[in-house]
Amino acid sequence: MRISDLVLPILIGLILFYGISKGVDVYSAFVEGAIDGAKSALKIFPYILAIIFAINLFIQSGAEAFIVDILTPITALVGFPTELLSLSIVKPLSGGGSLGVFQTILDNYGADSFIGRSASVIMGSSETIFYTTAVYFGSVGISNYRYTIKVGLLSHAATIFAALIVCKLMF
Amino acid sequence: MVNFIYVILSDSEGSHLSGLSLQNDKLNVLYHQAEAYRIICLYFIVGKNYMNSLWFGLIFLGLLFSFINKSPETVTNVLFFEIEKSVELILNLIPIMAFWTGLMRIVEKTSILNKLSSLIKPFVRYLFKDVQNDVKAVNAILMTLAANLFGIGNSATAFGIKAMQEMQKSNLNKKTATNAMCMFLIINVSSIQLIPLNIIKLRADSGSSAPSEIMVPTLIVTSFSTMAAVILAKYFERKEL
Repeated sequence: MRISDLVLPILIGLILFYGISKGVDVYSAFVEGAIDGAKSALKIFPYILAIIFAINLFIQSGAEAFIVDILTPITALVGFPTELLSLSIVKPLSGGGSLGVFQTILDNYGADSFIGRSASVIMGSSETIFYTTAVYFGSVGISNYRYTIKVGLLSHAATIFAALIVCKLMF
Repeated sequence: MVNFIYVILSDSEGSHLSGLSLQNDKLNVLYHQAEAYRIICLYFIVGKNYMNSLWFGLIFLGLLFSFINKSPETVTNVLFFEIEKSVELILNLIPIMAFWTGLMRIVEKTSILNKLSSLIKPFVRYLFKDVQNDVKAVNAILMTLAANLFGIGNSATAFGIKAMQEMQKSNLNKKTATNAMCMFLIINVSSIQLIPLNIIKLRADSGSSAPSEIMVPTLIVTSFSTMAAVILAKYFERKEL
């Protein structure tokens, strides 16, 4: 038994007991929230469809192999797995899109491989930078973002390298 | 790869450059390559067009290489067999997303988010100096961060927009982001989610023997990148003054 396996049951238990003790109608609150969750899952369907078509075409036609061949000598110099390149590029752009890339990586390399684990950590610790920035600044009509995107992308790069190092050390 | 882009670009800009190319072919090629690089760089900087060009680029290269490799049937295969996977992916995601947002709705109906807010007040003084005395703004900021910690994206967005509106009230230049706004956005986009539930679910679906083993490494990486983001934000904040 792992400590991480304990987190979910404890969290779910805590939320339900806390809700009940505060007099919340937990059942209707749950159902009400679940509808929103299902809707947002459906909302990302077109994004996933779009990116799965593009990515599968890109990979199966041999275009990816061609580009990987070109990039391998460069990425080999710093020891960066080429397979994670597309994930690193797509993640800041699109949550749904990166899920598609992530699924492709899991299908091709397995969840318990180094690449699968690194991809999982990158997915779990990065955000859709451009979308979030556009929504938040857009909501108050700000057009000068100053250093926001720059720092966001730098921290994304830090995430990728930290993920690779941590996965190498921990597994 | 540059050559393909070169071809596309010379097609679209060929008309007014044809005279030039007769005079100096070599210079023209260099000019086009420089232009191609400039446009590629622009796509990387301008967020909105980034996904557009990336998607187009992937499909364009895919179509091109299916012909180069003499296997145009690849396109048919992808269209009729591969894109089915998107439905499977969504069907697997719906229950977990619905379950989690359902539980989070219970949390929202209690006042625990407000209590968490008061716990992390000292950080606010350091991070959001501009608005530290603006109770409404601080509260909305903390609600957003708390919602993000627990991975309730939709609620986080709602709180986040509220926080931006509160911060905008004390902004002197309405078109330019304040230091506090930049810091707020940077913390949000550096990801502060504690439990990446969707990722754990996708790992379990693809047959992982320990789907949740990535939780601790993710937490370490997230904390590291968020710290790096805050330090960088503080650095640029001072540099621009």
